[in-house]
Amino acid sequence: MRRALAPVFLGSLGARRLTTLLSILAIALGIALGVAVQVIHDAALDEFDHGMRTLSGEADLQIVGPRGGFDDALFETVALRPEVAAASPLLEVDARLFGDERSLRLIGVDVFRLGEVQPALMPQPGEGQGRLVTLTPDSVFLSPGAMQALGLALGGTLTLQAGLEPLALKVAGGVPGMAGQQVAVMDIDAVQRHFGLRGRLSRIDLRLREGLGLAAGREALAPLMPAGVQLLAPETARAQAAGLSRSYRVNLTMLAVIALVTGGFLVFSTQALSVVRRRTEFAFLRAIGLARGELMRWLLAEGAIVGVVGGLAGVALGYGLAAAALKLLGGDLGAGYFAGISPRLAFEPAVAAVFLVLGVLAGMAGAWLPAREAAEVSPALALKAGGDATGLAGARRHPGWAVGAAALAAVACLAPAWQGIPVGGYVAVALLLAAGVFVLPQLAANLSALLAPLRAVPIALARARLAAVPGHVVVAGAGVLASAALAVAMAIMVASFRDSVDDWLARILPAELYVRGARAGSSGYFDAAAQARIAGTPGVARADFIRHDTVRLSADHPPVMLIARSLSPDGRELPLVGRQVKTSSPVWISEAVADLFGYAPGDTLRLPLAGSPHDFVVAGVWRDYARQSGAIMIPIERYRALSGDPLANDAALHLADGETASAVAARLRERFGAQTLELAQAGEIRAVSLRIFDRTFAVTYLLEAVAVVIGLFGVAASFAALAAARRREFGMLRHIGLTRRQVGLMLATEGALTAGAGALGGLAVGGAISLVLIEVVNRQSFHWSMDIRIPFASLAIFCLTLVLLAALAAVLAGRQAMRQEAVMAVKEDW
Amino acid sequence: MLELSQLTRRFGGPGGRTVLDRVDLRLEAGEYVAIVGESGVGKSTLLNLVAGLDRPDGGTVKLSGTDLSTLDDDGLTRWRRDRLGFVFQAFHVLPHLTLAQNVALPLWLQGQQDASSMRAASEMLAAVGLAGREAGWPRELSGGELQRVAIARALVHKPRLVLADEPTGNLDPHRAGQVLALLRERVRAAGAIGILVTHSHEAAATADRVLRLTGDALVPVTNTQ
Repeated sequence: MRRALAPVFLGSLGARRLTTLLSILAIALGIALGVAVQVIHDAALDEFDHGMRTLSGEADLQIVGPRGGFDDALFETVALRPEVAAASPLLEVDARLFGDERSLRLIGVDVFRLGEVQPALMPQPGEGQGRLVTLTPDSVFLSPGAMQALGLALGGTLTLQAGLEPLALKVAGGVPGMAGQQVAVMDIDAVQRHFGLRGRLSRIDLRLREGLGLAAGREALAPLMPAGVQLLAPETARAQAAGLSRSYRVNLTMLAVIALVTGGFLVFSTQALSVVRRRTEFAFLRAIGLARGELMRWLLAEGAIVGVVGGLAGVALGYGLAAAALKLLGGDLGAGYFAGISPRLAFEPAVAAVFLVLGVLAGMAGAWLPAREAAEVSPALALKAGGDATGLAGARRHPGWAVGAAALAAVACLAPAWQGIPVGGYVAVALLLAAGVFVLPQLAANLSALLAPLRAVPIALARARLAAVPGHVVVAGAGVLASAALAVAMAIMVASFRDSVDDWLARILPAELYVRGARAGSSGYFDAAAQARIAGTPGVARADFIRHDTVRLSADHPPVMLIARSLSPDGRELPLVGRQVKTSSPVWISEAVADLFGYAPGDTLRLPLAGSPHDFVVAGVWRDYARQSGAIMIPIERYRALSGDPLANDAALHLADGETASAVAARLRERFGAQTLELAQAGEIRAVSLRIFDRTFAVTYLLEAVAVVIGLFGVAASFAALAAARRREFGMLRHIGLTRRQVGLMLATEGALTAGAGALGGLAVGGAISLVLIEVVNRQSFHWSMDIRIPFASLAIFCLTLVLLAALAAVLAGRQAMRQEAVMAVKEDW
Repeated sequence: MLELSQLTRRFGGPGGRTVLDRVDLRLEAGEYVAIVGESGVGKSTLLNLVAGLDRPDGGTVKLSGTDLSTLDDDGLTRWRRDRLGFVFQAFHVLPHLTLAQNVALPLWLQGQQDASSMRAASEMLAAVGLAGREAGWPRELSGGELQRVAIARALVHKPRLVLADEPTGNLDPHRAGQVLALLRERVRAAGAIGILVTHSHEAAATADRVLRLTGDALVPVTNTQ
C-alpha cells in the first residue's frame, strides 16, 4: 500500500464526520464494556488470590472440610505423621458484628504452630501487652484493613455476636502480615469456646517433610481423611474459589462482545453506503491505475482506523468505567463473589492490547464486504452509471444460507460446556444472527408484497426500489435486526427469569415470618434453648428450623450447601422439576448438583455427615437460584440424628390465626433483644430479592437501549448516505411532478419496510436466541432452568416503535437531499 | 504509436448487438484527434477498449508495441497508471483532497515521494492557469477551473496517451473553448497522443484530425490544421 494515497481514503473518513464518529462510538462502547468487566474482575481476582496465598502461607497441602468444621482429633493424627514437617490448625468463623449487619472473617490460630506454616497470620501484641496476651480468650488481633474498616485502635473493644449473645473482645494488637485483608485473629481454643465449636477445626495447613513430593505426601495422608474432609493443594482451593465467578464474568464479557458486534454492524452500514456513494470515485481511481487489491486494502484500512480510534477511546473509557464501578459496586459488580476485599485497579497492557485488536477486527470485519464489493465493480460501468446508489444490488436473497446457519446453530446448542463456559451457546447466537441477516431480503420482499394493494405512487416506488436493491435492505436492516434481536432475546430471558424467580421465592418462602441469628456470617445461631423460646413465642403456630452447612462431594468442586429443614416425604414444599422417586432416605438436589456431579433421581448419593459417610437416595431435583455451586436438601430430623448437630441458623414461623407478622416480630424482639435477631416477613424478602434482581439486570436494559439507538443510527446513517447519493433521482421525481411530501412518503415507506424486515427478523432471531440463552447459556453457566415467558405486549410495542422511529429517521435523513432545488439536482445530467 | 487493429466488440452474447466491427486506427506520437458520432454508436465503448477498461471480442489494441490482450487485470492497471491520462465530462475531482493533491494523485499511484509529486503538481497547476491555488479545495472552483485541474491531473505523470471523454459537456461555450484549447496545447507540449471523444462539432474542430465512428470504421471528416 502506498502511504502517499492515505489522504485519498482517510480524507473520506474526515469528510463524513458524523457517521465516522458514530461508528467509532459504537466500537468504543463495546470495547469499554469489555475492558471494564475484564479489569474489574482481574483486579478483584488478583486481590482475592493474594489474600488466599497469604492465608495459606508456606503450606504444601490443606485439609479442608465443611463450613461447620471437622473433628480436631484429626490434627493430632496428621501432625504426628512422619510425612508432615509442620501442621497448623485453623478455625474460621464468619463473625457478625453485634447489632450490625456487617461480618468479619475471624481466624482462630494456634500461635505455637503458626510460625512454620502461616507466618503472615502471626498476631503481634500491642505495646505493653506482653507476649502471652495472644493466648487470652478475650483478646483479638486485627489486620490493618480491619482496624481501618471498623474504626478501632489498640485497646478498643470489638463486639461480635456468638449465638444470640454479644461477645466483647479487646483489641490487643495487630496482624501486620495481612495488610490489604480484613481479618481478625485470636486463639483457636477461645474461638472454639465462644462460638459453640468445641472440638472443631475448619482447616489444617501442612508443610511436608523436606524432599517428600506432593503426590507422595497426598497418597500417604489421604487415607486418614474422614468422610467429607479433603486434602487439597492450596492452588486447587484458590482455583475453585476463583472459578465460581467465571461464568458471571464470561457472561458479562459476552454482553460486551454483542455490543461490539453491533458496533461492527454500524461500521458495515456506514462503510457500505460510503462505498456506494464513492463508486465513481473508485472507478476513476481504478481507471487511472489503482489496483483492485490495493483499493480493497485501503478500504479495509478505513475500517481498521475506525476500529483503532474506537478501540483506544474504548480502552480509556473502559478504565474510567471500571474505576467508577469499583467505587460504586465493588470488585464483583455487586454479585457477591468477592466480599471483604478492596481491589485496586492497575493498567494491564495485555488486556488493553487484546481489546484494541478486537476493536480493529470489528472495524475491519464491518468494512470487509463493502471493500470487496467496491473492488469488484467494473470501472467502465461505474463511470458510466455515475454516482447513483445502485450498489450492493448483488446481495441477493439467501434463504438456503439462512436455513443452513440455523441448522448449524441447533447443532452448536448440543455441544457441552467447555471449562464451564457455554461456547456452543455463544456460537449458536452468532449463527442465528447470521441466519437473520441472510433472510432479511426475503422478509423485506414478503413485507413489500403485503403493500401491493396500495396504489399510491410513492409506495409503489418504494416497493420497486427495495425489490431492485435487496442489498440496501441488508445494509440498513442488519443493524436493526441485530439490535432488535438482542433486545428481544434479553427481554424474553429477563421476563422468564424474573417470573421464575418470583415463583421460586413464593415456593421457597411459605411461612409468614423468618428469623435469623445473622444475615451474614455463621456466628449467629439458635441453640436448643433458643429454638424452644422461639417456638414458644405467643402467636407462633409452628416454627420450622433450618440448618445450613456445607459438604464436599468431590475434591474437584467447591463445597455444596447442605440445607436441613422440615420436609414432607415427597418434598412437595420444594420447587421440584422433572422426575421424582419415592424413597425412605430421601435428599433433594439442586439443578447445579445434578449438572456438576451427574446425579439423577433414583441415584444413591453418599453424604459425609459428622465425619462418616451416609447413603441417601436422590428423590428429586429442585430449582435453586441462590447457590451456583449446588445445594442439597435433607429432612432436618434425619440430619440431626446423623450429625448430632442440634443448632439452627434460621426459623420459618407460621403464625396462629388472627396474628400479624409485625406483632409476633415485636414479641420476638422483646424476648431476644432488638439487636440480636434479624426478622423479615416473606413479602419483604420477596420484594428485596426482586429489587436486587432488577438492579442486577439494569445494566442489560442499558445495553439494550444502547443497541437499539445504535441500530436506529444505522438506519439514519444508511438513509442519509443513500439520500445524498440519490439526489438526482429525487430531482427527477420532483421534475415529473412528485411533491416533497410524496418523496418523503416514499422514503418513510422504504425506511419502515427496511426496519420492519429488521424488526420481524429481530423478533424471530431474538426469540431463538432467548431459547439458547435460557436452555443452553444459563443452564451451562449457572445450572438453573426457568419457565419461558414471552412479554408479548411490550415486544409488540417495542417493534412498532422501532419501525416508526426508523421511518422517521429515514425521512429526516432524506430531508437534506429533498431540500435541494430540483433543477440543481439534475444539472449533471444535462 | 497507438494501433487498433480489427477491433470488435459485441454485447448481449451470441446473436447480440455488434457495437464495433473490425475497426482500425493508427495514431503517431504528438497526434491529437477527435472522434465524433451519433449517440450509441460506440464512442465510449471504443474509449474503454483503448483504455483497457474493457476487453474486445476480436482484434487488438497496441500502444508503443504493448498488446493489451497480453496483460492481466493487474498488468492493465499498471499500464494505465504509467501510460494513460484521462479527462472526463464529470471532472471526478475528489472533494476531500486539495487541488495539488488531486493533481498529484497519478504520481502517488506511481509511488513517487510526496514532496516531488507536490512540486510536479504545482508546476502543472501553473501550466493550466491555476498558479498559487495548490492548497485550494475543489468546492471553491467553477466548472471550467475544475476541468483545468482534471487536465493537469491527466498530464502530470507524462502519459503517452490522453483520453478525453466529452470534457466540455458540463461547461458553457466560452469556458469550453478555453478548456479545449488548453487541452490541445498541453497534450502537444507533452508529446502525447490525444483522443477527444465528443458529439460537439465545435469541440471536434479543435483537434488535428476528426474521425467519425460509424460502427465498422473510423472515417476522416476533415483536417482542421
